[in-house]
Amino acid sequence: MTAQSGTTLTPILTKNWDQADSFTRAGYEREGGYTALRKALAMAPDDIVQQVKDSGLRGRGGAGFPTGMKWGFLPPSSPNPRYLVVNADESEPGTCKDIPLMMANPHVLVEGVIISSYAIKSNQAFIYVRGEVLHVIRRLHQAVAEAYEAGYLGKNILGSGFDLDVVVHSGAGAYICGEETALLDSLEGFRGQPRLKPPFPAVAGLYGGPTVINNVESIASVPSIVGNGPEWFASMGTEKSQGFGIFSLSGHVTRPGQYEAPLGITLRELLDMAGGVREGHRLKFWTPGGSSTPIFTDEHLDVPLDFESVGAAGSMLGTRALQIFDETTCVVRAVLRWSEFYAHESCGKCTPCREGTYWYKQMLKRLEAGKGEEEDLETLLDLSDNILGRSFCALGDGATSPVVSSIKLFRDEYLQHFEQGGCPFDPAKSTVWAGA
Amino acid sequence: MTYDTDVRVRLERDAKEIIARYPKPRSALLPLLHLVQSVDGHVTQDGIEFCAEQLGITAAQVTGVATFYTQYKHAPVGEYHVGVCINTLCAVMGGDQIWDELSEHVGVGHDEATPDGKVSLERIECNAACDFAPVMMVNWEFFDNMTPAKAKELVDDLRSGKEVLPSRGPNKLCGWKDASRVLAGFPDGRAGEGVQAGPESLRGLELAKRRGWTAPPADVDAARPDEPVRPSEVTDPPPNEPGKPIGGDVKPGTQEGRNK
Repeated sequence: MTAQSGTTLTPILTKNWDQADSFTRAGYEREGGYTALRKALAMAPDDIVQQVKDSGLRGRGGAGFPTGMKWGFLPPSSPNPRYLVVNADESEPGTCKDIPLMMANPHVLVEGVIISSYAIKSNQAFIYVRGEVLHVIRRLHQAVAEAYEAGYLGKNILGSGFDLDVVVHSGAGAYICGEETALLDSLEGFRGQPRLKPPFPAVAGLYGGPTVINNVESIASVPSIVGNGPEWFASMGTEKSQGFGIFSLSGHVTRPGQYEAPLGITLRELLDMAGGVREGHRLKFWTPGGSSTPIFTDEHLDVPLDFESVGAAGSMLGTRALQIFDETTCVVRAVLRWSEFYAHESCGKCTPCREGTYWYKQMLKRLEAGKGEEEDLETLLDLSDNILGRSFCALGDGATSPVVSSIKLFRDEYLQHFEQGGCPFDPAKSTVWAGA
Repeated sequence: MTYDTDVRVRLERDAKEIIARYPKPRSALLPLLHLVQSVDGHVTQDGIEFCAEQLGITAAQVTGVATFYTQYKHAPVGEYHVGVCINTLCAVMGGDQIWDELSEHVGVGHDEATPDGKVSLERIECNAACDFAPVMMVNWEFFDNMTPAKAKELVDDLRSGKEVLPSRGPNKLCGWKDASRVLAGFPDGRAGEGVQAGPESLRGLELAKRRGWTAPPADVDAARPDEPVRPSEVTDPPPNEPGKPIGGDVKPGTQEGRNK
């Protein structure tokens, strides 16, 4: 099968990234920035919520929950203030879209924050950004400061009577804080450990108040929806996965980078645009949406990258973090390293995740060194059954994805390690400089 | 040991400003820990007690938080803290080899500093720059598309005091303590420096421009754009071409002289 639909790229959030001053207010406004804000402030807040519902926008942080519906869960009245929290803690292995977005175009996020806060009637918003990206944090600080200067933040925004304060809050190195309730605990000054749900943050979130937590790209998409209309947004993508998203290609691909396209584009089409798998090599396995999504192979090149199709094919769209590995890559090595990551990042709250990822690490180390036997694979799968669905949050679930999917797709490669008493691959051949 | 009076006065002033940002004081704990790290270089017992005092919580509560997050250090790190991404994708693309060679070259391991206090090394997890793999960070600034040779040269330059510039970052690499201060929420005025985006970030946009691809017009009832050019009908540029020069009138920073 070839790419028959001819999907094309749709630069929207990335449209101004090639302008040297794209991260400044002047640069953003030259491209029409902050016009959607003016339009929004003339609308009733509930109408904006309705527009976001109508657009079909689904959370861009991985789970794909409908954004407008999430907003709609806020109770109509509550004794506590409401909060908007932007999850800018991008750390899922392979995911690299929000960081370049906030570096090149932080104002589209700030404009989205203002419109979204107005829509959900919140007067205080936070941008929780991971701490390991200093220059992105500088750009966010500056964008927020510029928005205050222009009267887009603070008291009586543009004469609308609406007040909003935004705080840029830097994390301190913890993958788990990308989980929304762990993020809230962290933002409250505690260890980042997930909370039991329900109650969901919409009912009892930050400081116990009704809280909306959305991914950077979700909030950054809001100005375009308000500016161009929900029908415009919904005209892109597929029936149930509407709109556009940034697809991040990395690894053994000729031109890795960010490609903004309608949901439903295929990896075959994207690879075609990115010059294919690096010269002289072929696709072995890939992740559709980060390391927590079960891996795919070349059999999945034509799976439309939308929530439903990727799910039906046995994985998850996740964050559209397309990590491409060619035939030089040892899948056991890759899975071991991801498992070490999950073990390192497990917050320790729930036993199945804390202990399970620890045992993954021990077992896979042994298997990669060729000191395993076929029975160990059954033990790994049994262990996976005891992790999946048994903890507060999805970190442990995510840890099982690479293990289970790789055993399913590459059982022979595991066995090869045992037969040879070691790894049959030469890691030097996978490097960027191999053969260069 | 406690802070000298002048240091303490300054810390208290900054702490007050941080606490005022939040509806509840305890939310200030993470930035306060960054703040004490910007003075001491790592989280010391003095720093812990200072945070506890400011927030009216116990030192044990502060310690519990400080030990949870990897960016808080509990022993001195170098003036330049160097991270090598060893998560799967970067590791496979060469990060493992970079780590091995660099660690041997510098003579220190994970979370260890050189005796001169100039440089420390850390095996870091995914830093959200996978399209630039293998990636390194120095004081949390991006060094993209690294090789073992470039990594060693980078660290040698840092140790000898030669100026090095991040691939995507300001025009001067700031020290560890200064970086911690930015994390505490005190901007250093360098946001306007450096490129707005790296070449990899622009790949999709440049391709779209070359092929005339755009998002649909705002009015969905308007005429559809012409049938798009199919990918197979377009001749591709040679692989790995450098990004086009960046357009626009304002040039806050350039890539000249930077690691590419």
